[in-house]
Amino acid sequence: MSKNTGKIIGINGNLISVAFDQPVVQNEVGFAVVGDTRLKAEIIRIRGTSAEMQVFEDTTGLSVDDAVEFSGEMLSVHLGPGLLGQIYDGLQNPLPALAEQCGFFLQRGTYLAPLDNKSRWTFTPTVKKGDRVRAGDAVGTVPEGIFTHRIMVPFRMRGEYTVETVAKEDDYALDHAVATLKDERGDTHDVTMVQTWPVKVPIREYDERLRPTEPLVTKIRIVDTLFPIARGGTYCIPGPFGAGKTVLQQITSRHAEVDIVIIAACGERAGEVVETLREFPELTDPRTGKSLMERTLIICNTSSMPVAAREASVYTAVTIAEYYRQMGLNVLLLADSTSRWAQALREVSGRLEEIPGEEAFPAYLESVIASFYERGGVVRLRDGSVGSVTIGGTVSPAGGNFEEPVTQSTLKVVGAFHGLSRERSDARRYPAIAPLDSWSKYPSVVDDEQVERARRSLREGNEINQMMKVVGEEGTSIADFIVYLKSEYLDSVYLQQDAFNEVDAATGAERQQYVFGRIVKIIDTPVQFEDKDSARRFFQSLTQITRDWNQARMDADEFKEIEERIDKMITEVTDYA
Amino acid sequence: MHKVYTKLDRIAGNVISLEADEVTYRELAMVRSDLGDSLAQVIRIEGRRVFLQVFAGGRGISTAAEVRFLGRVMQVPFSDALLGRIFTGNGEPRDRGPAITQNMIPIGGPSVNPAKRIIPRNMVRTGIPMIDVFNSLVESQKLPIFSVAGEPYNPLLARIALQAEVDVIILGGMGLKHDDYLVFRDTLEEHGALSRTVMFVHTAADPTVECLLVPDVSLAVAEKFALEGKRVLVLLTDMTNFSDALKEIAITMEQIPATRGYPGDLYSQLAARYEKAVDFEGAGSITALAVTTMPGDDVTHPVPDNTGYITEGQFYLRNGRIEPFGSLSRLKQLVNNKTREDHRSIMSVMIQLFAAYRETLEKQSMGFRMSPWDVKLLKYGERFENEMMDLSVNIPLEKALDLGWTILADCFEPEETGAPSRLIEKFWPKEIVKKEEEKEDQETATK
Repeated sequence: MSKNTGKIIGINGNLISVAFDQPVVQNEVGFAVVGDTRLKAEIIRIRGTSAEMQVFEDTTGLSVDDAVEFSGEMLSVHLGPGLLGQIYDGLQNPLPALAEQCGFFLQRGTYLAPLDNKSRWTFTPTVKKGDRVRAGDAVGTVPEGIFTHRIMVPFRMRGEYTVETVAKEDDYALDHAVATLKDERGDTHDVTMVQTWPVKVPIREYDERLRPTEPLVTKIRIVDTLFPIARGGTYCIPGPFGAGKTVLQQITSRHAEVDIVIIAACGERAGEVVETLREFPELTDPRTGKSLMERTLIICNTSSMPVAAREASVYTAVTIAEYYRQMGLNVLLLADSTSRWAQALREVSGRLEEIPGEEAFPAYLESVIASFYERGGVVRLRDGSVGSVTIGGTVSPAGGNFEEPVTQSTLKVVGAFHGLSRERSDARRYPAIAPLDSWSKYPSVVDDEQVERARRSLREGNEINQMMKVVGEEGTSIADFIVYLKSEYLDSVYLQQDAFNEVDAATGAERQQYVFGRIVKIIDTPVQFEDKDSARRFFQSLTQITRDWNQARMDADEFKEIEERIDKMITEVTDYA
Repeated sequence: MHKVYTKLDRIAGNVISLEADEVTYRELAMVRSDLGDSLAQVIRIEGRRVFLQVFAGGRGISTAAEVRFLGRVMQVPFSDALLGRIFTGNGEPRDRGPAITQNMIPIGGPSVNPAKRIIPRNMVRTGIPMIDVFNSLVESQKLPIFSVAGEPYNPLLARIALQAEVDVIILGGMGLKHDDYLVFRDTLEEHGALSRTVMFVHTAADPTVECLLVPDVSLAVAEKFALEGKRVLVLLTDMTNFSDALKEIAITMEQIPATRGYPGDLYSQLAARYEKAVDFEGAGSITALAVTTMPGDDVTHPVPDNTGYITEGQFYLRNGRIEPFGSLSRLKQLVNNKTREDHRSIMSVMIQLFAAYRETLEKQSMGFRMSPWDVKLLKYGERFENEMMDLSVNIPLEKALDLGWTILADCFEPEETGAPSRLIEKFWPKEIVKKEEEKEDQETATK
């Protein structure tokens, strides 16, 4: 088979124009050849006999008339056991292996196999000769850490097949054919433990998409109680720089009650990824007692790495998420930050000289963002098991202004909005999710009526606080002042959470229900004070004690003791009138 | 042998275009005009037509100007002989010393593999309490100084350069006023630091485009020193001028601007430079401090805004002081637990009290009554501003912490500060306590 090659006719930044004479495919991958180096590129527009390609590398040194070899394949990822615990760049290059080969720097044009074909896995067949199978059906399983990894009929094989042979239980190399399938025409196909899938196409091998209703517990109180996330749902975290977006995602990635966490570090600081890279292997997963890294996968395309690969990285991440969903697992994808991804789209669109939309973002920004978040969801697979992909993306709005296109397009398609506020982060009220502006369409882990009561308290407290700024404390009635103090109390002891305290950092659903009920009851209790100063002092010490309560283990005696002290304090000031 | 072309078909701003063969992307060319020779770089190729940005600017270039392609990308020399020298943005001597042409290295190299990075762990001491105590600078950190024109950001940079414990200082000046450049040079020379400094200076009088090279050249040299095991401090002033030069080229190339005329890739361009800050395992490190002037003191302006998303914190310079609110070192938590046990507590206690002082000031200006607590805060705030915040204060970290306790003891009772009792027992200055006790004794005695 002769190779399909083209010739470069123009270069503009990371965009090259290539003349071709044999058919090419939209989104096909090609390699620009410069000396001994082959630079990966993707076709993004075809006009007449020339195609525009975005190069995933620095284009320095390319020249007109240099050859481009087309591969005939769309940009794809390798899927198979061994993905978990890996650290990839946006194109699924394993970064630690790359470091071993190239040293400190990322050498352009070096592409390594994402999975080690020689690694061996213990295969257990789940089908037998003569069984009828379709794409996505398991032919066997291998253990991958704590999970049972299903080896599936490649998603790209259409139609029904009959199992011809299947390997017996044993250790096999990744690229060993563990099954052979016969199609309707009688041709046979080998199935290995690894398959490829184009990243920009969703995997649809399931029976039915379900409504996301089951809460995904993050153990962050303000999220689970007030602005919950659902398994298979989507949410976004916009916030100005320094408001704690990345920290919030890091905490979520540690404590969230899901099977697998995929972190897509997309165009952000390398230093933050390094913290995850170096710390996760040391941390233990409270659910399994194993290293957190065993359930984590990191796709890392930091801000100084090539822009086009940044665009690919979120797709790489979501495709791997869908792959594990096909095994009936719950996957959480955290993308930080989707704004950098949108900016990558904008850069390419600018070079293509497309007519720009708002703030020079391409007109199709909204639909691209929508189709990305739509890849999240909870599905019932053909074998009846249920898997989900939950997507949480941070947004870095220019100037911290939520009116910009990326935030607005994202808000239209997500199910929950956790808006971070500069005011709260300046006041060190972490997590800095603004309680009055954020929203969620998913069910909370606590009672709805209580949530409504808490919301009302926060709203009223805020109004009184605004008023007090004008008329001063002297001009506020003591009744109003107490309403304000109660809302501040709720904020300090429940909405704020100390990420550095072992107990306070992660509050499970059961504890949230218990504590929240208790605090709402306090807010509902009418209390009486002689003057504002004594009221303030009372709530200050109540806050202090409740914070201690937050730091006590629920099964410890201390927990009960402190609770009794709180009860006593409240009884002393209750107004029985 | 490289061909010489003499037929330009377009000159617009600082960009020229001509038809040429066998030109590679980002290649350099020499453009000869009546005003002298200038380097130019290929920024776009369309078939045979090649677009070049001319570093000395388009002024005075003839359509028949000689253009000779050099067959290489931009390079700078690298050797220890660079130390103590001053160069222009494209690597030519600005002092009277000889040109250095050996051991040329390319600029704008690839980024560091994230898997090879390590978590930063060393503090860089500067002798400035607002940095050392409240927002410690960490080796391999990238931090901008946000400020408005007219603030003393260059003297601050010069002071940090002098006092920071590093092996090599690299100063990249972009659009620097000539006097400022001389001040830098003289200050470093006076204090004997010039011998460990390399300066790449582009002054406001030089062609704008030339300043695009300064960060890349500075960082390429810094990277080489770091790989040799040196701890390098890179100072860049002012990155807003660099961004403006990017804007100029983008507009000339008829790119669609994103916000306020700046190109859509401003974030990536800035990040490519800032992310060069690194701590190499088993070798040296690069720490980067950059000045970003905020037009109109507007932090939402595209340059400071994009910078804030890239860097690991920021210092706000306002009214000649480093403002404690808004200023942030994202990496300080990694080092300030290893200095002295009271470091973190002093940091948070003093800032909380200072925040209370600011509120009191507001109350005062609105005419509300001052309580005894407010009076205490006012006294504290004044001492804090004069003895801690003032940029002329120059004391090591330990002295600064001691000073913190002295100020607290002078203004408050121990339990009013909210500091942990364990630390109060150990650090609360005994003499002042004693003095007060004596005073009380005397008072009771006189009674």
